[in-house]
Amino acid sequence: MRQIWIMAGVTVREASRRKILWAALVGSAVLLLVFAVSLRLQVVEFQSRPLSPFLRYQVESGMLIVGLYTCDLVAVVLTILASMDTLAGEIGSGTIHAVATKPLARWQLFLGKFAGFGGMIVVYVAASFWATVAVAHAVAGVVPEHLLAGMLLIVFECLVALAVTFLGGTFLTTVATGVMALGLQGLAFMGGWLEQVSGFSQAQHIVTVGIVTSLLMPGESLWRRAAYEMQTPLAASLSFSPFANVSIPSLVALGYAAAYLLIVLAVGLRHFNRRDL
Amino acid sequence: MTPPGELAIETRDLRKVFGGVVAVRGLSLQVPRGEIFGFLGPNGAGKSTSIKMLLGLVTPTAGEAFVLGAPSGDVAVRRRIGFLPEDFRFYDWLSATELLRLHGRLSGMAAAALRRRVPEVLELVGLGAEAGRRLRGFSKGMLQRVGLAQALVHEPEVVFLDEPTSGLDPMGRRMVRDVLRAERDRGATVFLNSHFLSEIEVTCDRVAFIRDGQVVATRDLGDGAAAERLRVVVRARNLAPDALAGLTRWTTDARREDERLTFTVRSEDVLPDVLRHLVASGADVRHFAPERVSLEEQFVQIMGGEPGAAA
Repeated sequence: MRQIWIMAGVTVREASRRKILWAALVGSAVLLLVFAVSLRLQVVEFQSRPLSPFLRYQVESGMLIVGLYTCDLVAVVLTILASMDTLAGEIGSGTIHAVATKPLARWQLFLGKFAGFGGMIVVYVAASFWATVAVAHAVAGVVPEHLLAGMLLIVFECLVALAVTFLGGTFLTTVATGVMALGLQGLAFMGGWLEQVSGFSQAQHIVTVGIVTSLLMPGESLWRRAAYEMQTPLAASLSFSPFANVSIPSLVALGYAAAYLLIVLAVGLRHFNRRDL
Repeated sequence: MTPPGELAIETRDLRKVFGGVVAVRGLSLQVPRGEIFGFLGPNGAGKSTSIKMLLGLVTPTAGEAFVLGAPSGDVAVRRRIGFLPEDFRFYDWLSATELLRLHGRLSGMAAAALRRRVPEVLELVGLGAEAGRRLRGFSKGMLQRVGLAQALVHEPEVVFLDEPTSGLDPMGRRMVRDVLRAERDRGATVFLNSHFLSEIEVTCDRVAFIRDGQVVATRDLGDGAAAERLRVVVRARNLAPDALAGLTRWTTDARREDERLTFTVRSEDVLPDVLRHLVASGADVRHFAPERVSLEEQFVQIMGGEPGAAA
């Protein structure tokens, strides 16, 4: 266990020293500022015309979901970009040789790095998520439903992306790992949005495409479940909103995502254990 | 033969094939504890792959490898092993002290031992003044020094050094030689892969020549220059066939061209006997000149005299 914590600590220190953490925080602060200004402009706009408080709340809650969706997207992309070099890069450059010959098993090295990134993801998502919620509450007085569930689902989605990136890192080069992980994420993103479009067209085969992409990469379905949890009941029931859920990812889908995460990690670990360095 | 318990390193028919390409072809060697062992061979001979197999970085296709009696790659035994990779690269966002602390902690050192040992080993490699500086600003030679320090920080019983002096100036090379001797005096075994044959010559107790993934020759260098091979050039008249045949007791490569006879012997101790034999067989010896055969010449001879083989 000691070795895992040492590697996790090194990973966090690397992210800090190489300014990955700080760049992420500064970028997120800028996004938060844009979100706060936009929401404030919306509030001012609504104040200038007669609108029922209920409808106003629905729109402003919708804007909050957009803000949280931005948090989610940025967190997933950052997860992939920050971690795609950690195994692939160190294997490619030979940096890993001096560490992998120390008295720690390869699974400890692998899980130590995973724990380091996982810990940073939890902190980053929590910080950006709660900051967005706090801004929305302060500016417009809106609060999403099922806050904790929503945040945990976003963390879950990032951990799935992290596991996929780690798996890629045991097989591929740094760039190929990033392309593979982002490509899979893009595929899931496209499938998810095609499903939303099918809400208008009532095309069942598009829903099938969405399900298949969710099986290949379940990250986007986790976001859709998070959005379903956090939206107001009215927004969740509307099939024409951007975050409407034509087919709400079920608990079985969440279970599949958990199994997917564990299997991807296990395959990555197994390959990392066996491969030549 | 050294009893198995006294061996620091042992391989038996070690073999590695990468996608149909044979990198190491049946490597068998034994390195007793407390020895500085040189591992020589041309580029692509399989030296680095062999070291990686001994350290568990690469899985052998066949054969066995043991370090300190444990199968190669054994996690527990790695606590007693140090390694300087050929292209030493590490987290350049760490300072020299932080790097050594990290490696010491990974090797199981306690905080008190680290506080004592880290400054000590940095001084040893001449980086005492650079302890707090980040590796990003280090030259290649300084990285090599800090790499050597991380290999030694936990006072290992076996140290694998892959080209430890390639980026060092003459002072740095001398420092490495002194460190290696100090390690041997401490009782450690050093497995040294280097292209600097002159350094191997003055540092190592024994060397193995590897070609095409096999050990093709070994040499004892224990007593330094005195243990090296000697080439003897003789000029003599009346060299009878019996005189040449009798030389097989001391040499296998005697060659005659008219009155000139050349051969090599393993030790200068045999020279009086050789000379007595030639005279007794009726040869009129006019010139008898032994000269040292350097390790580099031996290397070129053993490797087939390929251009650049001794680079």
